[in-house]
Amino acid sequence: MDLLIAVTLFVLAVFLGIELITKVPPTLHTPLMSGSNAISGITIVGALVAAGADHSTFTAVLGFAAVTLAMINVVGGFLVTHRMLGMFGPKRRRDTSAQDSKASAAEGAGDR
Amino acid sequence: MDDWTTLGYLASAVLFILGLKRLSRPRTAVRGNQFGATGMLIAIVVTLTDNAILGFEWIIAGLVLGTAVGAVLAVRVQMTAMPELVALFNGFGGGASVLVAAASYIEAADLATDTPRLSAAAGLAALIGAVTFTGSLIAFGKLRESLKWSGFKGMQVVSVVGVAAAVVFGVLMVADAGNALWIWLMVAVAAVLGVLVVSPIGGADMPVVIALLNSLSGMAAVAAGFVLDNSLLIIAGSLVGASGLILTQIMCVAMNRSLLAVMFSPAPSGAGGPSADDVYAGKVRSTSADDVAMLLEAAERVAIVPGYGLAVAQAQHAVRDLARRLEDRGTQVVFGIHPVAGRMPGHMNVLLAEAEIGYEQLVEMDDINPTFEQTDVTIVLGANDVVNPIARTDPSSPIAGMPILDVDKSGVVVVIKRSLSPGFAGIPNPLFAADNSMMLFGDGREAVVGITKALQQI
Repeated sequence: MDLLIAVTLFVLAVFLGIELITKVPPTLHTPLMSGSNAISGITIVGALVAAGADHSTFTAVLGFAAVTLAMINVVGGFLVTHRMLGMFGPKRRRDTSAQDSKASAAEGAGDR
Repeated sequence: MDDWTTLGYLASAVLFILGLKRLSRPRTAVRGNQFGATGMLIAIVVTLTDNAILGFEWIIAGLVLGTAVGAVLAVRVQMTAMPELVALFNGFGGGASVLVAAASYIEAADLATDTPRLSAAAGLAALIGAVTFTGSLIAFGKLRESLKWSGFKGMQVVSVVGVAAAVVFGVLMVADAGNALWIWLMVAVAAVLGVLVVSPIGGADMPVVIALLNSLSGMAAVAAGFVLDNSLLIIAGSLVGASGLILTQIMCVAMNRSLLAVMFSPAPSGAGGPSADDVYAGKVRSTSADDVAMLLEAAERVAIVPGYGLAVAQAQHAVRDLARRLEDRGTQVVFGIHPVAGRMPGHMNVLLAEAEIGYEQLVEMDDINPTFEQTDVTIVLGANDVVNPIARTDPSSPIAGMPILDVDKSGVVVVIKRSLSPGFAGIPNPLFAADNSMMLFGDGREAVVGITKALQQI
């Protein structure tokens, strides 16, 4: 890839990222951070190539360590984001599925 | 790299973009995260089918080990510990980028296929990635409160020397590209820099640091993308880098401090202002759970303002029970969330969401501030500087101009706190001595449970 094309991609992607993220409400800042963090694990692509290139044992070990770290980042990041987002939700939806009657009573009384 | 690989990477990049877009609305956020994960899966599968890969044993070992560790961490973490987990993941991302850059640089040196561009990019990836790695580990230790060290005198001089050394090693990596020593020296000096830069920062400044490290982990991936000439790494890394930068900016604005001030003049000193004795002497009223329950019983609108103390006391479920009890009685309950409450952006929201409090009840600072005058009772739980009215009134205060929650404008303010000790800014809080304020001293969770019990008996 031509260097200038790579730089162009970089600059455009930064602007795109700014446009995308500026609209995220504060409520979602933590999941956004852990989710985007998982995306930064994209280094896994380079790590896989380094680990599988069969160049020397040393570079393969470096690749192995890189794959491990990146994979923790990717799997952990997406999973924990999923776990967190499962807790977010409008109150209505949760009250219908809540097991305790206290919660449903709260909906009736505090309806807004 | 063949055309199919390139097209697969394009599909991944599109999924990352759509995923981030969907992450910006509560209703679509779960889907957004799944888009991101799918994009990642495509990227991995496409890479594995690429013919540059000859042996799979190291790859499989790494994938299995990484998946196991990542899954265990993600499933077992407590919501209150989310900031340190995110810090740790940031660090691993940065560390992976360092290793990728090192492997590529060494391979290119061995095969004499190095170019100035590859060497320079590898230098940047090693620098940014290693700073992110050690910086994140320090942040992790600080957030767990197992690390108290905040550096030594003259540390900034050492940092400047470190930056100069990094520049020298970067130049040598390009000029003497056949020698793998330079990249390791670069990694070493960058690792030290990460420790030096993050160590002095602590407490309420942590949201800025985490957001910044998040951005850097993306930028490290970008640099690795320049090393490998890989468009997907450049695009995905840039998206993350930009998102982290935006969050950093939001956090700085919410504290009215510049990024440079956070990084290089940490821990504002409380010196110069009125002393705690002047502010509090004879004016602080202490109250009991029973009295607070009486107040709440008569209130029509109640606001709850949580801070880091909520996380420390693990009080989110107790707060939920109190809110539900009040709503049963027809009282309106809202939560006022300051952008830097807690130790990472959105920390309070996650804790309250865990306790099944709907996000419509969580009100942002700018939206809740005009409503405090119509609020009968405001309960401040483990927050201090973000409700300190001195930010509005005293231009010489270390927190002057910081946007705060105007809780002092509500009818009655109940502050639940262990003692009158100052917050991160180290200054006394006149709110605690105000005529319409009362203090309920004690552990946050126990205090809230006590109020709920007392409310039941009315």
